Amino acid sequence: MVIVTAFEPILLADIKKEASHTLRVYQQSAGYQTLKQALVEMTPEQVQEVVQSSGLRGRGGAGFPTGLKWTFLPKDHPGPVYFCLNADESEPGTFNNRILMEEDPHQVIEGTILSCYATGASTAYIYLRYEYPTSLERLQNAIDECYAAGLLGKNVLGTDFSLDMYLHRGAAAYICGEETGLIESLEGKRACPRIKPPFPAVEGVFRKPTVVNNVETAACVKHILARGADWFRSMGVPADPENPRDAGSYGPKLYCLSGHIERPGCYEAPLGITVDELINEFGGGVWKGRRAKAAIPGGISMGLLSADEFDCPLDFSGPGKYGCLGLGTAAVVVLDETVSMVDFLHNSCRFFAHESCGQCTPCREGTAWSLQMLNRIKQGQGRLQDLDLLLEIGDSIGIIPGTTICGLSDGAAWPIKNAIRKFRSEFEIYIQRTNPKGYQATEPVQALEIIGVH
Amino acid sequence: MANENNTSDSQVDVGRVLTDSMVRQIRDLFVRYPNRQAVTLPALHIVHEELRHVPLQAVVEIAELLELTPADVQDALSFYGFFKQDKPHGRTRVWVCRSISCALRGSEEIAQHLCDRLGMQPGETTADNSVTLEVAECLGACDFAPCFLAGSRLHRNMTRESADRLLDELTTDGDRDSV
Repeated sequence: MVIVTAFEPILLADIKKEASHTLRVYQQSAGYQTLKQALVEMTPEQVQEVVQSSGLRGRGGAGFPTGLKWTFLPKDHPGPVYFCLNADESEPGTFNNRILMEEDPHQVIEGTILSCYATGASTAYIYLRYEYPTSLERLQNAIDECYAAGLLGKNVLGTDFSLDMYLHRGAAAYICGEETGLIESLEGKRACPRIKPPFPAVEGVFRKPTVVNNVETAACVKHILARGADWFRSMGVPADPENPRDAGSYGPKLYCLSGHIERPGCYEAPLGITVDELINEFGGGVWKGRRAKAAIPGGISMGLLSADEFDCPLDFSGPGKYGCLGLGTAAVVVLDETVSMVDFLHNSCRFFAHESCGQCTPCREGTAWSLQMLNRIKQGQGRLQDLDLLLEIGDSIGIIPGTTICGLSDGAAWPIKNAIRKFRSEFEIYIQRTNPKGYQATEPVQALEIIGVH
Repeated sequence: MANENNTSDSQVDVGRVLTDSMVRQIRDLFVRYPNRQAVTLPALHIVHEELRHVPLQAVVEIAELLELTPADVQDALSFYGFFKQDKPHGRTRVWVCRSISCALRGSEEIAQHLCDRLGMQPGETTADNSVTLEVAECLGACDFAPCFLAGSRLHRNMTRESADRLLDELTTDGDRDSV
């Protein structure tokens, strides 16, 4: 059990300060001192070692160990090596990167510069989603301040290390958050994810070795270098000794809490707090004095927890033990007792049908047809058999059954599987009530409408 | 009420559509990337920002600047539903979030109310060209659900009433009493 109340925010420590987004205010709390020290006293390999030994896992959704990802870069490559900061935060329910970029962009940039130093990158692109105009303004301002202060450009802080950093604006497509979709988009193409291998570390953007890291990951790198790997490992949930594949869940995490909650917001806590603690100790409980029916544990892709599963710890392996896909972006969305699961699943299926890039047949067809069926169920033309058809789609699309290039379809599949398996009787009652004459039908039905992918 | 003017016929013999300023802004980005194709998305944004759409002639001119074929640029453009092509969007593009956190707090009902009030579907533009109403997937402001993005301004914790007021501010056609 993690003691939540004793925890002092680190990533969010300065966001309430006036003009927290400016270099002047950032430097008042020792901003860029960590960078200065690292550039002078540490080799890139040493920075990489500290990050690797901290156990930091990527905060963007997949939870891959950051330091390990960096080691996949080929040794002695003539370069250039590129660094892409993934600021295409688009997972429904997720907004922690937005808060970091709007309220403390220099923290993110310092972590990015450190990451570039560690990986030998000479150019960093910040791939920022279109929908964040305030982040755009503040990041651009912060980058300009850094160039003026010698923190970016040729010979950073008078050292041999040089780095250029550019903002690159997306165009409202969820798939650009997938790292190889991001790379394709950055290259000026359709954002269809690439088959891996080769992984970006070997052949990424412009066919050069590339590191893609999330915004919150970069912010963590800054604090790991400032406070040490042991400090980072002192928080969170250690690796399970029984499970050699568990890399542990260390450090602080920004949890996003939204939906039917009294106080929606972004809250910082050590990895491993439970859904219950997040809802009640941070969020003030379910809104309007109602009871919860379910919650999304980490962005809509991760599936659903029913209300009797709220003891689920929000670390990298917690939600998986409750039948969900994983921790994802740690964005918890609370659904109160009045929510219809048909509406929830319709919303989820509509999202993924809209965002599928369309290159893999199981995903393109599976997401579109699941939406067709949910449309039909919602309009009172559902059949009980549709639930099995939906489960068949859910069980057969995605990287995990091995049918697609990227994980978008896993994200589409989990809400279907969880909603129907955990709330099947509700779907059955809805279908019987709204389609009393036809709910037992099994013959093929005509599609309601053609759905475009985009 | 949807704007039916400005058919794509007007694009046939318009001459060049990229202004010197747009061309300069696009060229200024070349140094940032090892090849010009990477400037595709930034170039589309520069043109879209000014013209509120990217007509086919602009695609041709962007391709010339980037040393690509028009098909390369059109291929990228058509992936992102964001870019308008047939006709410009209204002065302000209003995105209503419909993803889960906003939907749970009533965004779909507000969107329907606005469609009813304006007598149009998402994606359409008011007759006076003031507003294009759009539905958006997660705007990343779930702490302020339901939220809208109008131009570059985020509107938080929206209700029917505040949505009506926002439309009143943005529309100039005297439509405000006709709810």
